[in-house]
Amino acid sequence: MNTPTTTALRRRRLGALARAELLLLGRNRSAVLIALLVPLSLPITVRPAFGQLDLKGKGLNTGTLMLTAAIGFSFLFAVYTSLVSAYVARREELVLKRLRTGELADAEILAGTALPAVCLGLAQALVLTVGCAVLLHAGVPAAPYLTVLGLLTGLLISAALAALTSAFTRTTESAQVTALPVVFVSMLGSGIAVPADALPDRVARAGELLPLSPAVRLVRAGWTGELSTAQALTTTLTALAWTAVAVFAVRRWFRWEPRR
Amino acid sequence: MDDEHVIEVTDLRRVYGGGFEAVRGITFSVARGEIFALLGTNGAGKTSTVELLEGLAPPDGGRVRVLGHDPYRARAAVRPRTGVMLQEGGFPSELTVGETARMWAGCTTGARPTAESLGLVGLGGRTDVRVKQLSGGERRRLDLALALAGRPEVLFLDEPTTGLDAEGRRATWELVRELRDAGTAVLLTTHYLEEAEDLADRLAILHQGRVATAGTPAEVTAGRPARISFDLPDGYFLGDLPPLGVLGVCGHEAEGRAVRLRTREPQRTAHGVLTWAERTGVELGRLEVRSASLEEAFLGIAKEAAA
Repeated sequence: MNTPTTTALRRRRLGALARAELLLLGRNRSAVLIALLVPLSLPITVRPAFGQLDLKGKGLNTGTLMLTAAIGFSFLFAVYTSLVSAYVARREELVLKRLRTGELADAEILAGTALPAVCLGLAQALVLTVGCAVLLHAGVPAAPYLTVLGLLTGLLISAALAALTSAFTRTTESAQVTALPVVFVSMLGSGIAVPADALPDRVARAGELLPLSPAVRLVRAGWTGELSTAQALTTTLTALAWTAVAVFAVRRWFRWEPRR
Repeated sequence: MDDEHVIEVTDLRRVYGGGFEAVRGITFSVARGEIFALLGTNGAGKTSTVELLEGLAPPDGGRVRVLGHDPYRARAAVRPRTGVMLQEGGFPSELTVGETARMWAGCTTGARPTAESLGLVGLGGRTDVRVKQLSGGERRRLDLALALAGRPEVLFLDEPTTGLDAEGRRATWELVRELRDAGTAVLLTTHYLEEAEDLADRLAILHQGRVATAGTPAEVTAGRPARISFDLPDGYFLGDLPPLGVLGVCGHEAEGRAVRLRTREPQRTAHGVLTWAERTGVELGRLEVRSASLEEAFLGIAKEAAA
């Protein structure tokens, strides 16, 4: 099936859908504002809190923490919340149903819709990385491949979580509420707004089980080199397991048409 | 599949979550170069049937073949050769007409240039207008343009002219006829009986999930009574006419001065009515004699089902 022609066709279809979705994203001012400003501004608001932590003892500095926070915010705001609204809006306007009458496969529809937001998240992460490295002296990453792996799984899991959340969301207005649990729990428990080191042991361990935790941990560890090979491997496996679970859940529960 | 029949439906069934049986054993086929219309009241099962043919859902019983394939399971094989217009189209309201058409063309194998697609439905001058600013009729035409983008061999049109003005409706009929003449198989559903009568080569009237009657429009209306209608002048009543039985009338309605007679022998009845009018010196207003139409067949089926 994977002849060059079908691959080329697939790429063309994804491109066409993603381009339309990018235009839509650009025309949705509040979505752009949240997606761009929140990840860029929130780390600055949490900075004072980081200043009170005992960082030196753990080989951390404000730069690496801010960087991790910023990338986590990109996952949550540039990708997750903006995509929950996008999926719900397309479903309620019957766009998803209409697309399914065409040649696009289901996975292509979901991916094409997500592509602009995911690229935005990625671009933001890159800007933040460079920014933090230069301005906050976060230094150079010790194991860049871990950061890259964390970024990719984090973006994918965020998109899949958005698709899943949309299944339980009736309108774009209610999306602002249904997206909150994942945002809050991840900010607190996945080491984004609060570093796992600052949490009580038990809470930190429970937090490790959250979907975005392994991705965030990989991003940070790539910078600090704090994980042993064995730890890095388990974290990677957990990240991949969450990716698989999320993809399965989307296939099982995603809603293509409005409830009637 | 025999070469002729590109849509084959056998004993099709669809049951919804709550146990409601929307489609209860429907069988028909559509050939290349044929327009087939599904008629029926709301809830008769038209859209439920069409969605199964479009491959949006699997049937709960029976079999669907489109171009020889199962449209639900063999999506990749069927979709490049079919065009679909849903009853309610879905396009992002913030995109322009041109952007929507380009997006769709990019997702369609061998798509026409977007200007050509939009030109077919007369939307060539509306390229830069946002979808949300289109009228209901324009939105239907945009939907049709996209259904035609891939030069489909099989075209599904679910109520294609709902919301169109008379001129738009005529233009759409003309377009659908041209496609049929070029060999496209067209399956359409409609509320408008004159649309089916004018356009369809064959049709089926659905009632409560079953085919109540099917055939060419002539076959379906054959055996249905013709209709004679007129207004009586002031002071005259239905009872002033000769006995209706003698005139060959098999049914009648009178609303004030407006009279409607149904008859299987329109010539005899008309002759009787006109002779009476002539003799009594009465002028009949709005006199009309119509041979059996789909409307008669349609109402007859609803009435028979209710009885």
